[in-house]
Amino acid sequence: MEKIILPLFGGVLIGLSSSIILYFLGRITGISGIFASAITSIDFKENAWKWAFIAGLIITGIILTYTNPNYFQYTIDKSYLTVISAGLIVGFGTRLGSGCTSGHGVCGIPRLSARSILATLTFMLIGIITVAIQRFFL
Amino acid sequence: MKIVVSFIAGAIFSVGLSVSGMINPNIVIGFLDIFGEWNYSLAFVMCGAVIFNLISFRFILKRTPIFNSQHLIPSKKDIDKNLIIGSALFGIGWGVLGICPGPGLVNLGTLDPKIFVFVLAMALGMIIQKRIS
Repeated sequence: MEKIILPLFGGVLIGLSSSIILYFLGRITGISGIFASAITSIDFKENAWKWAFIAGLIITGIILTYTNPNYFQYTIDKSYLTVISAGLIVGFGTRLGSGCTSGHGVCGIPRLSARSILATLTFMLIGIITVAIQRFFL
Repeated sequence: MKIVVSFIAGAIFSVGLSVSGMINPNIVIGFLDIFGEWNYSLAFVMCGAVIFNLISFRFILKRTPIFNSQHLIPSKKDIDKNLIIGSALFGIGWGVLGICPGPGLVNLGTLDPKIFVFVLAMALGMIIQKRIS
C-alpha cells in the first residue's frame, strides 16, 4: 500500500500544483525552466511568480524536514566530484532539452506533446541504462 | 495575488514530491534500477500527476487564465537533436545521483552540503548552456 497509495497521492498533488499554475497563470510548471530563468534573467517583474514558486518549494521543504523527517532519511554516498558532475549535466541537459521531469513528464505528456513524450522516454531510458551500468560495471 | 498563488502551488508541489518519495535519491535510483530490486513506486507518482492533468488541462485550456490574457504553452513541434541530446544528458545525471531539479530544491531543507553543491552545479550548468547557445 505504501508503495502505491502515497506515491499516487503525491502524484495527484503534483498534478494539482501544475494545474493551479496553468489555470491562474497560463504557464507550464517546468521546474528546470522556472529555476533557469529565475537565475539568468533580470526581468524581476516577469520573474516574480517564478521566485515565489521556488520559495514555496524550498520553504515547504524546510518545514517538512521538521514535521516529516522520515521523508528525508537518506544519505548521498557519492563523492563531491560526482555530485558536481551530476549537477552540471542535469542543469545543462534540462536546458538543452527544454525541460525535465516536471515540464516534459508531468505537464507535457498530458498535453500529448510529441516532444515531451519523446524527451521523457529518453531521460527515463538513459537513466535506467546509467543505473544498470553502475550496477554491472562500476 | 499571482505571487501568492505561485507560492501555494510551489508548496503543494513540494509536499507532493516529498510524500511520493521523489525527493529520496535512493528511491529514484531504485526506480531506475529495473535489473535489480526494482522499486516501482515512482511509476504511480507519474500516473497520478499525468492522469490528473490529462483531465484538468482539458478544462483549463478551454478558458482564459485568471492572471493572463492567454496560455503560454510551448509552441515548438519539431523533434530536434537538442531535445534528445539534452534529455539524454539529463538522464545520465539523474541516473548517477537520483536527483532532478525539483527534488534538488526541496532537499535544500535538509542542509546537506552535497545538496547545496548539486543545486549550485545545476545552476552553473544552466548558465553555461545559456551562454553557449
